[in-house]
Amino acid sequence: MSKETTEFKPTDWQSPEMKARIKRRYRKEKSFRVMGFTAVIIAALFLVTLLGKISSDGIYGFFQTSIDLDVPFSEAVIGNPRDMDADAFEQQVMRTNMLRLINDALVKEFPEVKSRRDRRELIRMVSSGARAQLRDMLLADPSIVGTTQRVRLLASDDIDQVRKGKINPEEAEANRKVKDRELAWYNKLVEEDRISLNFHTAFLTHGDSRDPEMAGIWGATVGSALTLVVTLAIAFPIGVLAAIYLEEFAPKNRLTDLIEVNINNLAAVPSIVFGLLGLAVFLGVMHLPRSAPLVGGLTLALMTLPTIIIASRASIKAVPPSIRDAARGLGASPMQVVFHHVVPLAMPGILTGTIIGMAQALGETAPLLMIGMVAFIVDIPGGVTDAATALPVQIFLWADSPERAFVEKTSAAIMVLLFFLIMMNGLAIWLRQKFERQW
Amino acid sequence: MNDHIVKAYDHELRDLRAIVSRMGGLAEDQLVAAMQALAEFDTEKAEIVRNADKQLDALEIEAEKAAIVVFARRAPVADDLREVVSSLKMTGLIERMGDYAKNIAKRTLAVSEMGPVAVPQVLDQMAKDARKMIQDVMDAYVHRNPDLAMAVWERDEALDNLHNSAYRTILARMMETPDKIGVLTHFLMIAKNLERIGDQATNVAEQVYYTITGVMLEEARRPKHDLTSTELVTEENLDNE
Amino acid sequence: MLKMATEFENMTDVRTAKMSAKDVHVFYGDTHAVKGISLDLHQDEVTALIGPSGCGKSTFLRCLNRMNDTVTTCRVEGTITLDGENIYDPKIDVVQLRARVGMVFQKPNPFPKSIYDNVAYGPRIHGLAQHRTDLDEIVTTALEKAGLWNEVKDRLDSPGTALSGGQQQRLCIARAIAVNPEVILMDEPCSALDPIATAKVEALIDELKGRYAIAIVTHSMQQAARVSQKTAFFHLGDLVEHGDTTEIFTAPKEERTRDYITGRFG
Repeated sequence: MSKETTEFKPTDWQSPEMKARIKRRYRKEKSFRVMGFTAVIIAALFLVTLLGKISSDGIYGFFQTSIDLDVPFSEAVIGNPRDMDADAFEQQVMRTNMLRLINDALVKEFPEVKSRRDRRELIRMVSSGARAQLRDMLLADPSIVGTTQRVRLLASDDIDQVRKGKINPEEAEANRKVKDRELAWYNKLVEEDRISLNFHTAFLTHGDSRDPEMAGIWGATVGSALTLVVTLAIAFPIGVLAAIYLEEFAPKNRLTDLIEVNINNLAAVPSIVFGLLGLAVFLGVMHLPRSAPLVGGLTLALMTLPTIIIASRASIKAVPPSIRDAARGLGASPMQVVFHHVVPLAMPGILTGTIIGMAQALGETAPLLMIGMVAFIVDIPGGVTDAATALPVQIFLWADSPERAFVEKTSAAIMVLLFFLIMMNGLAIWLRQKFERQW
Repeated sequence: MNDHIVKAYDHELRDLRAIVSRMGGLAEDQLVAAMQALAEFDTEKAEIVRNADKQLDALEIEAEKAAIVVFARRAPVADDLREVVSSLKMTGLIERMGDYAKNIAKRTLAVSEMGPVAVPQVLDQMAKDARKMIQDVMDAYVHRNPDLAMAVWERDEALDNLHNSAYRTILARMMETPDKIGVLTHFLMIAKNLERIGDQATNVAEQVYYTITGVMLEEARRPKHDLTSTELVTEENLDNE
Repeated sequence: MLKMATEFENMTDVRTAKMSAKDVHVFYGDTHAVKGISLDLHQDEVTALIGPSGCGKSTFLRCLNRMNDTVTTCRVEGTITLDGENIYDPKIDVVQLRARVGMVFQKPNPFPKSIYDNVAYGPRIHGLAQHRTDLDEIVTTALEKAGLWNEVKDRLDSPGTALSGGQQQRLCIARAIAVNPEVILMDEPCSALDPIATAKVEALIDELKGRYAIAIVTHSMQQAARVSQKTAFFHLGDLVEHGDTTEIFTAPKEERTRDYITGRFG
């Protein structure tokens, strides 16, 4: 050793400066931990508030107020089923204005109400859906004609709101939708124990309606499902194959670099732009039907593709090169390497990416607005070319409606949407574990 | 030659080499002292030589231990491997040289008891040659000089020839003076000892050469001119000298 | 002895090499990684490739079964023959070549499949077994040859990744043997293993010697000395010295070789 190296002075680990250092370090660590914990708590609070608000509002959306009325199914109004065959009776029933039956029932209940105007007001307490309800009853059992039945009829949305306490009777009459007279009728019915709040299956099984008490989300759910099926059928194979090709086979040159950059950019493009693209191409050029899940699915597939490609490439890249080497070293062809080893190992990641993309598509509104899936559609779509709407669009539509009762319907629909999203995430987790357990 | 990346390895090899060199020096000293004792019939000196052999034995054990440590810790290869293996062998050979010097000293004690007799000149010459061989081979070892080692190796021939001549000379004297035959037999054995020291030096030279070059000097090419063990000496061929 | 050595060298020359590299250059883009290497691999011996990191020994090894093909910037010049056939000839099918020249890697890399499927994979993709029974036999034989049969025969269905590191590496060797290769290339096969597992793999290499021409890249001098008959020392893309392992480790001819194996590089 030519140069004399200077020796270190012994460190005094017990000096006051050292002790202060340690204290400072502990303090920093503690404050960091406190801050982190606080952040988590705040986030959790937001989440709880949001979910709490939605569920406390939305839970009412699943329930609906009914009025029990004694409806006289008089032969004078409907006709006698014994005098005609089944088809004729059915036609007769369809022709009959069921309002008359309701009117008769109400007259019996409220004999003091005489004027036509008042009568009309009285009838408005019952939902317009009650007519269909009575019709269905008659068609199901013609023998009730000539009898008087106690029927649980759906109340109008205003009465429903009163029952749910959303309309405050203490408020000045001018400021509320339900007037004092109606409240009196309502109270009479309550006294007679004719008002009840029941679980409303129609919300889950019916299509949309102008009347909140009649509106359901089944149409939107089926629309969403059909749209997602189209999206998945298009985006998954294309996305995964594109990812495999780009990652495993494509030559690395300017062109593939450009493609890569563009895919990454596409993922950041606002979804409304995809809607415009869908409008221009699928409707404008290809003349596909408007408002159809087919077009919605195609548009959402465009939007989901980059997500699937990026997630798939990342998980393909994460497959250890040693596995590829092992397969190649045994003489596996490039295709065999990819399909025997790389893709199965990357599958959990690919599926997760796909499901995240699907969940994103499920929650997407803007592009669907552009291609006309925002229309008011009562019927349940039967195929991908039928006019349909989707869950988030339905939520958007209801949120936009003036009727007070739609507020709870909106929340209830959000709950349904969240339920599906949670199910999808659960599916993603389940698939991951199923695939991972194999090795 | 570059140093090892691990400096401690170099230190261990250097220590080992130092022991070998020290042993070489000691053996040389022993030889010189033994021959002096013989020339002066100095029993005291001879006794010192006899006792000093223990030092060589101790050094040999020390070298052995050091070599084993290097084997265990460094797993030496190539020239390092040759170095360590040769060290082991060389220390054995040098220790034998010491033994021969000790034997000379022992015989000196015996000779001086029997009364002074003129030491044959040729023994001095042999001792000088043997000493030079030891010096040169240790020089070759310390300075990593394969040519010098080779030269020592080749010089064994000359020493063998000297031994032949010493053998004949002493034999002739035995015939002339049968009453001195006891002392002369000791001289005969001393000559043999000197010749053996030369042989050991030659063996050391082989080891040095192998350590440095990695080439083993062949046994077949070994200069062997010691005829005393194969030749039947008669009065006639003594006269031919 | 000198005479004997020359005779032996002559003998080496007349034997036909299993694989023979002649003046092989490898470039990675502008980097000249392997600079004109000529080296023969023989059926009945293990050749160890040693040298400091980045000396081109692994690159050279990977040329022998064209594993470098997938590196787009990699360019190979010169000829490498397997039984006299140039393996870089366009007519040669690289998939078949890799079946004939198997490879074992640094890190044990069993497929995340069962032990059975790991070994059966090669025979399956090359169609070496017509029936399930044939395949069973191939798997059994390969595992036996790799000295792993007794350890795994009761759990052929458990995942290969659940084995210990040394067992995994022997499984990889069994997997390579299962396609009945002629040459086995090993790229630092023991660098991730403990000494016992290393000893087992080395014992296995000894067993396999004679049936396969084996080339092994190793960073352990002692391992090269233990398992190989021939040693080639690479430095900065050059083949500095190539010869009998005993020669290289007792009396290397080149100073660079000596400095490397004795730990004097620096």
